[in-house]
Amino acid sequence: MAVLFAIVVAALTLSVASPAAADEVGLDEYDFRISGLVELDGEVLEDVRLVIDGGGFSVEVETGDDGRWAVGVPERGDYSVTLDENTLPEGIAVVKTTQEDDDTPNSRDVNIGQSGSTVLNFFIGEGERNTSNLGEQIVDRFFNGINFGLLLALAAIGLSLVFGTTGLSNFAHAELITFGALMAFTFGVILEFPLPLALFIALALSAGFGWLNDAGLWKPLRQRGVGLIPMMIVSIGLSLTLRYVFQFFYGAQTQQLPSATDTTFGIGVLGLSWIDVASMAISVVVLLAVAYFLLRTRIGKATRAVSDNPALAAASGIDVDRVIRIVWVLAGLLAGMSGIIWGYFRPGVGWDMGFQLLLLTFAAVVLGGLGTAFGALVGAIIVGLFVEMSTLIIPSDTKYVGALVILILVLLVRPQGILGRKERIG
Amino acid sequence: MIDWIQIISNAVQELISPTTAAYALAALGLAIHFGFTGLLNFGQAGFMMLGAYGFAIATLTFGWPVWAAVLFGVVASIVFAFVLGLPTLRLRADYLAIVTIAAAEIVRLLFTTNVFEPVTGSANGLQGYKDGFEDLNPLPEGTYGIGPFVYNEYDWWVRIVGWGVVALAALITWQLFKSPWGRVIKGIREDEDAVRALGKNVYFYKMQSLILGGVFGSLAGMIFILPRSVVPANYQPTLTFFIYAILLLGGAATVFGPIVGSMIFWVLLSFFSGLIARAVSEGFLPFLTTVQAGQLRFIFVGVAIMLIVIYRPQGILGNKKEMAFVK
Repeated sequence: MAVLFAIVVAALTLSVASPAAADEVGLDEYDFRISGLVELDGEVLEDVRLVIDGGGFSVEVETGDDGRWAVGVPERGDYSVTLDENTLPEGIAVVKTTQEDDDTPNSRDVNIGQSGSTVLNFFIGEGERNTSNLGEQIVDRFFNGINFGLLLALAAIGLSLVFGTTGLSNFAHAELITFGALMAFTFGVILEFPLPLALFIALALSAGFGWLNDAGLWKPLRQRGVGLIPMMIVSIGLSLTLRYVFQFFYGAQTQQLPSATDTTFGIGVLGLSWIDVASMAISVVVLLAVAYFLLRTRIGKATRAVSDNPALAAASGIDVDRVIRIVWVLAGLLAGMSGIIWGYFRPGVGWDMGFQLLLLTFAAVVLGGLGTAFGALVGAIIVGLFVEMSTLIIPSDTKYVGALVILILVLLVRPQGILGRKERIG
Repeated sequence: MIDWIQIISNAVQELISPTTAAYALAALGLAIHFGFTGLLNFGQAGFMMLGAYGFAIATLTFGWPVWAAVLFGVVASIVFAFVLGLPTLRLRADYLAIVTIAAAEIVRLLFTTNVFEPVTGSANGLQGYKDGFEDLNPLPEGTYGIGPFVYNEYDWWVRIVGWGVVALAALITWQLFKSPWGRVIKGIREDEDAVRALGKNVYFYKMQSLILGGVFGSLAGMIFILPRSVVPANYQPTLTFFIYAILLLGGAATVFGPIVGSMIFWVLLSFFSGLIARAVSEGFLPFLTTVQAGQLRFIFVGVAIMLIVIYRPQGILGNKKEMAFVK
């Protein structure tokens, strides 16, 4: 294969005074920039599409008539830049830059460091395109969707159980998610504990944080007799407070958990990493454990009883406050776990990572039926699959829109959700 | 030295700033939804966004005059209210909350995506829609004012129009809630079934309330963009939460509460932000960086929301008997 290494560039002619013709997106709005030049044998290539993704932020750009592109990004950190090979001229492709077995040379990772800007150029030559066929893409998206759905389910079950037992729509649930990931980051990266120990401590603290939420705020409020709607607004205040407390201590940048930048290994045609497989396995085991807890143990049955009818449960000798406390601890633990997995899935840990999941979590819970644990599971898998699969058709920066539209449509035709009962919607 | 005069003067200027007016009007719309009708609308940012983008797009893309652009933004928010209200007004309050916040996010994501970049400007937003509004300015060129309130003719024009709209909206709201229509609306908040038993179409009234508050929200969005440009990142759910803080501070079921709340909120926020920023730069608070000092304001707002709801749910001007949600 005759590879013509076409690019070579000029990290050099860096874009201090980049020509106005270059296509620039978001440079005025954000402080940090990624830029580059796409050319083949010294000839610039126009209208090549690039997608820049990272830290929950995504932006697309096309090269201008001088072959240049530049995007502004909100924070320092790691981004992946993917060049859409379908927009290259016929017979041209991105070629491998190293001897390593890199299956996707058209997608590369960059890091924005202290300088606040970085330059990335692709090696373009005549060669075979790295376009997986539609079937492969579907399978790939499917597994991504399952993975995402499972981590969403971990978060959604906690939210749903809290709603079922206390009636609270907890908008601060997102911060439980963020908390788990930030604790994993604190112990795994800042304090450099070995990873298993760091994760164990993070999960223990997440459970403790759930306990603290109830003991410190919600139980006193219940005892004051504060209504459900005021409590919901309190949870919004709590969410805002916690989010910016996180930002206060951890800053606005996105950081990585240990070994999040992974080595891909293949299962057949799938480009799944070890982390993906481990996340899915852990999620499934934990979800099965939660199901066992709810269906088979005494406390689990008591939880479902309280969920069903707190007054009746109390009358039949169940300690409702104790059940609620256990539910909060469980919710904290599951949310923290989903936060850690979300930190590996995105990848990246940041102050508002949980908040990005909040509406999807609500969508999952409403879809499955507010207050039902298994409904939340079903809803989460559907939302996860839908979000990932829909990117086959719609642009990736609108992928959450689909899930939220589905949420509204479901409320239109079946407001009680898939597994919910009609009386709950009142 | 801390320059007290500068900090206080900056804070006092917030009293009549167009941003304060925009938040006051958005909060007044929310008062109609939440305070008077009991609708939990968490998507006020979406209404504001439709007003702002409706105005800017009608001006830039269609080349319409100012009055038509304003009308376009208002109609967009009416349509949005319909779409939101149809599935949710029959459901329990928290469903409306989730749907409205989700709908506002859908709107924001659609304005942010690159798909509609030629019209929406995607993440960069839009500029250059103010010419028509500037041409309407009757004030001659120059700088006017006394004390800390010294602005050029455009800044005064924005303030006059902004607060004029707020005053008009407050007057309309005040008259409406003295009328039989207002009493039905308040009745819905207190006891929906009782109102239904009187033969009123509760659904219909709720829809009217949602539309009216939404129109106020979209007008607020237009005032909001007069001193700045349209940027989609301004319309995160946090914007709605700030408006809730203002509403709860002033009193949810009052006409003047949202206006007074907005003034107090912005003056205090500006004062404390200025004070902390200055104290940090003077080295009085060595454990804080300037970036961290900027984040403190959000923490204050969050804590304030919690404290007000727990300890004084009726707000500064409110009457505890008027608050269905205090029960």
